[in-house]
Amino acid sequence: MSEALDILLQASFWAATLRIATPLILGTLGELICERAGVLNLGIEGIMTVGAMSGWLFVHLGADLWTGLALAALVGMTFGLLHGLFTVPLGLSQHVTGIGITLLASSIAYFTYRVLLPDVATPPRIEPFEPWTFMAAVPWIGPVLAEQTAPTYLALALVPATAWLLSATPLGLALRAAGENPAAVEAQGLDVYGLRIGALMAGSALMAMGGAFLTMSAFNAFFFEMVAGRGWICIALVVFASWRPGKALLGALLFGAFDAYQVRLQQAVGAEVPYQLFLMLPYLLSIAALVVMARRASYPQALMRPFVKGER
Amino acid sequence: MRLEARADLPLALALAAPPAAALAALGLCALPLLLAGADPLRAYGLILQGAAGSLFALTETVARAIPLMLTGLAVAVAFRTRLWNIGAEGQLYLGALAAVALGTAGLGLPPLLLVPLVLIAGAAAGGVWMLGPAWLKVRLGVDEVVTTLLLNFVVLLLVGMMLEGPMQDPMSLGWPQSAPLDDAALLPRLIERTRLHWGLIVALAAAVACWVTLARTATGFEIRAVGANPRAARFAGMAVDRVMLRVAVISGALAGLAGAVEVAGLKGYLTQDLSPGYGYAGIVVATLAQLHPLGVLLSALFVAAIFVGADSMSRAIGISSYIADLIVATALLTMLLAGLVTRYRIRRG
Repeated sequence: MSEALDILLQASFWAATLRIATPLILGTLGELICERAGVLNLGIEGIMTVGAMSGWLFVHLGADLWTGLALAALVGMTFGLLHGLFTVPLGLSQHVTGIGITLLASSIAYFTYRVLLPDVATPPRIEPFEPWTFMAAVPWIGPVLAEQTAPTYLALALVPATAWLLSATPLGLALRAAGENPAAVEAQGLDVYGLRIGALMAGSALMAMGGAFLTMSAFNAFFFEMVAGRGWICIALVVFASWRPGKALLGALLFGAFDAYQVRLQQAVGAEVPYQLFLMLPYLLSIAALVVMARRASYPQALMRPFVKGER
Repeated sequence: MRLEARADLPLALALAAPPAAALAALGLCALPLLLAGADPLRAYGLILQGAAGSLFALTETVARAIPLMLTGLAVAVAFRTRLWNIGAEGQLYLGALAAVALGTAGLGLPPLLLVPLVLIAGAAAGGVWMLGPAWLKVRLGVDEVVTTLLLNFVVLLLVGMMLEGPMQDPMSLGWPQSAPLDDAALLPRLIERTRLHWGLIVALAAAVACWVTLARTATGFEIRAVGANPRAARFAGMAVDRVMLRVAVISGALAGLAGAVEVAGLKGYLTQDLSPGYGYAGIVVATLAQLHPLGVLLSALFVAAIFVGADSMSRAIGISSYIADLIVATALLTMLLAGLVTRYRIRRG
């Protein structure tokens, strides 16, 4: 039992928590922006996959890390645009379009990877982001922060930035209104379609960056199926967070802590319990979070409702 | 000129939309083929040859279409009521797991009893599993998209756990693989010396049953009514929640049946790579078929042909067979557009 508690006192555990949470923070913020504007983006899993692949690829081909990350975001944005064209002006099913974007984005990622590296057994590694040690001297949390890379700090900074953008700027107000009452936005003379497509593009860029974190900071290479449901977990986290950036951060951190904990517990327990049971826990935890929050959730009122200009 | 919604869809247009979408997808995917350094026409020729160039190729394509028909039906039935079951992949594996549990138990039953029992067990496993997310949806308002998606990962881990644990074949030298099914549990082959098996008859029967149920029975009417407008259906006195739960069980059962049929008909044992994404491809199959049970049969054949053909094309000219996934994903999106186009017509003036 003391082993189980000891884990909580290790700096490496808290460092892992932040590392695991980073792609989830980015993905959850991205999904949250889309949904606040009224569009469910089920393309997230594929956009994270193509983000992971393209970020890795650009660096592998010689770009520096920040350029690679930016280009990955751009690739994600393109898929967000495609999603937007289908679901916003054309009003097509957000569910089916989203699954289609996921299938398309991940198959493009896999096809590109296989075409460029036809018979590579071990995936080529890239030089990842170095830990940023400028906060190492901070008492207590210094050792935890010293292990984090720049994208993690970026993700953390994006949380208040997104909250501020959504709650305190005219753009954020218009965006939220597009997700609550698009007819009112139109009556204001604002462009609902533009707002929603813009939200999808911005959100998808964040998702792709979340995926790119996996290849550019966590695993240093691209593997098939490496996103492993993180996108779907982000969708659950958005509900858990009641569509609020601050709570999204909390959810991602809780999730990261839980995941880091189960890995360590798994090592402590040994082979007596099948390791798959531990690996199931994150998915089951996401479902449990959904069940707990579903009743209290206040969905954006126009979520999943296509808006037709001039129609009530 | 302006666009005007059609009151009802002419049959010819409904039938023309899927082939048009498929052709558009093939046209669009010529670009990645070109970028990969292949001649698209040659590649498509090789895909066609690989999928339908010989009797053997044809039987391979049809055999590959069997699980796709069943997962396509699972998705079509669910989407008809706007129950977004994206968990066919997981339900398929659970069905396979149940089929293996029964088929390797050494019950000593004759094939005439054991085969149906194995299939029913697979369907039951999938159906009961889908009851969970559906119940959470109607009772607690939990979104079924996310729960069914997340449960896919849980089931895959469960399968891994069983195949490395209690259900591992002692003769497999440590491979995560189940023991082979008893001979009496296997679906016989339809054509000797091919892999085409009686699962085809099961899938065809399931499609006809779904079609008759949807089009000709009171249950089917309720399913369609709930899908068209749940509030109106409730107002008309239908128990919308119960319809949803019933559809969930049917949908899960069809996906579970796909897994049982694949194990008892094709593989004979269970591994973790039983399905290369048949559950997700079922969404494409159902969408291409415009959620029509009989259309599912044809669109499953198309998707299967792309996959079987791409494998053989890949062996011939070394272009990655992931082009099949790309074509199929593109076809899903072009079909959405085609469906939209057929719903409107251009009016002059």
